[in-house]
Amino acid sequence: MKPLALLVAILAVGSCGGAPRAELPTSASTAPPSGTITVFAASSLTDAFGRVGDELTTRYPGTHFIFNYSSSSTLATQIVNGAPADVFASADDRNMRKIADAALVQGSAAVFATNRLQIAVAPGNPKGIASLADLARRDLVVVLAAPSVPAGRYALDALRQAGVTLVPASQELDVRAVLNKVALGEADAGVVYVTDVRSAAGRVTGVDIPEPHQVVARYPVATLRDSRNQRLSSLFVEFLLGPDGQRVLGDFGFARP
Amino acid sequence: MTSEPFPRPFAILAALAAALFLLPLVGLLVRFPWAEAADALTSPEILTATGLSLVTSLSATALSILLGVPLAIVYARARFRGLRVVRALTTLPMVLPPVVGGVALLVAFGRRGIVGQLLDSAFGIRIPFTTAAAVLAATFVAMPFLVLTVEAGLRSMDRRYEEAARSLGAGRWMVFRRVTLPLVAPSLYAGAVLCWARALGEFGATITFAGNVPGSTQTLPLAVYLALETRPEAAIALSLVLLLLSLVVLVALRDRYLPTS
Repeated sequence: MKPLALLVAILAVGSCGGAPRAELPTSASTAPPSGTITVFAASSLTDAFGRVGDELTTRYPGTHFIFNYSSSSTLATQIVNGAPADVFASADDRNMRKIADAALVQGSAAVFATNRLQIAVAPGNPKGIASLADLARRDLVVVLAAPSVPAGRYALDALRQAGVTLVPASQELDVRAVLNKVALGEADAGVVYVTDVRSAAGRVTGVDIPEPHQVVARYPVATLRDSRNQRLSSLFVEFLLGPDGQRVLGDFGFARP
Repeated sequence: MTSEPFPRPFAILAALAAALFLLPLVGLLVRFPWAEAADALTSPEILTATGLSLVTSLSATALSILLGVPLAIVYARARFRGLRVVRALTTLPMVLPPVVGGVALLVAFGRRGIVGQLLDSAFGIRIPFTTAAAVLAATFVAMPFLVLTVEAGLRSMDRRYEEAARSLGAGRWMVFRRVTLPLVAPSLYAGAVLCWARALGEFGATITFAGNVPGSTQTLPLAVYLALETRPEAAIALSLVLLLLSLVVLVALRDRYLPTS
């Protein structure tokens, strides 16, 4: 019967998981927030959320934040397929709706930031790129995010509004990959967010897109129904929507919703 | 069919190990979109990606044979200082994360890379975002499989046939073509199939170095990854097809490479 005992032991360990299933409701309101949550966030939020996590951990010792950055579409697919996320911050409404349609959102999503597009070019703009129309120039290598990724769709919207058609040299899997291709010098230009150019800290120069062609990206955030630490998840979302979160996001170039 | 004795708990651990590999297969079969599969598999972008995958994986295999067989011969036969270091470095892609390989390829063959810069200024050749880049990425990760397999074949072959041929007056080329090559043919075949399979599955180095360009660098694995977000049924159908293809490769190799009872 030893093999059976071992199997039982394995199954028992497996089903326990790591963290306790639920928090005790009695002490939850008084005790300081604690524990670990996993935040799935659009790749354009990489630097801003790193700072948000640091500030929250400083304010509430005993809290810990794990971030999973990727394109919002990849993250939405992962969450719908059961990835253990506590909070989801998307770069567009469409991917948040995917989660909501799967009945995985706790309460409702709230828009916490907006972002705008910019053309990332090599430092100092040696190729003299001044507008979206210039991106159609034959001598330029231009990369965009894939059309399934929010930044890719926003870029196509902006190009359409400017009446520009172009065949990108590559359709990258997320907006940070576009930024990196420009920063590495493999591409002459790429359409990214204003915040990406700012966080590249001089490795690329940003060329503004005039208002009529501009596209505003909206970033919704929501806590997820299956989160095992609803309290800390809500705290994270409230921080983002509150003055301190807005200050951090502003530091990184995001605008208020 | 009676088992020989072994510690009983191993049976359970072995079953868990087998489950790890079988359950994903079962998952694909259960979720396989029978109704939409035909449409999904014959959509233009999937057909383009399939054609491109065949072109890049077969080109990478051809390039690996052309360059890898001589490399295997040097490793098996030559003796010089630093040989072991070089050998270790050329085997590195087998254990290196493919994305790291892609970054390494960029800094070597990219527009600002040490070689890429020269190619661009001297000939106007730019490798990134082209099919050539996808082939180079696939060759980089896949060739070590061929080299190691052929080298092992060379080391284990009976050298007396070559000596006999030499003693009968055959030159080095003659010996290689008429004696060595036929003797290592099974290893070369196995190595080429392994190399092709690895090239077909290549993702990380390709997306990093060659980018994602439908029709020129968007191979099947990249198409599967992107399809998962927009058309999951197509991704599942494709995954099962790739899995069956891999199974065919394994069965084809069964007697030549994998140890069987």
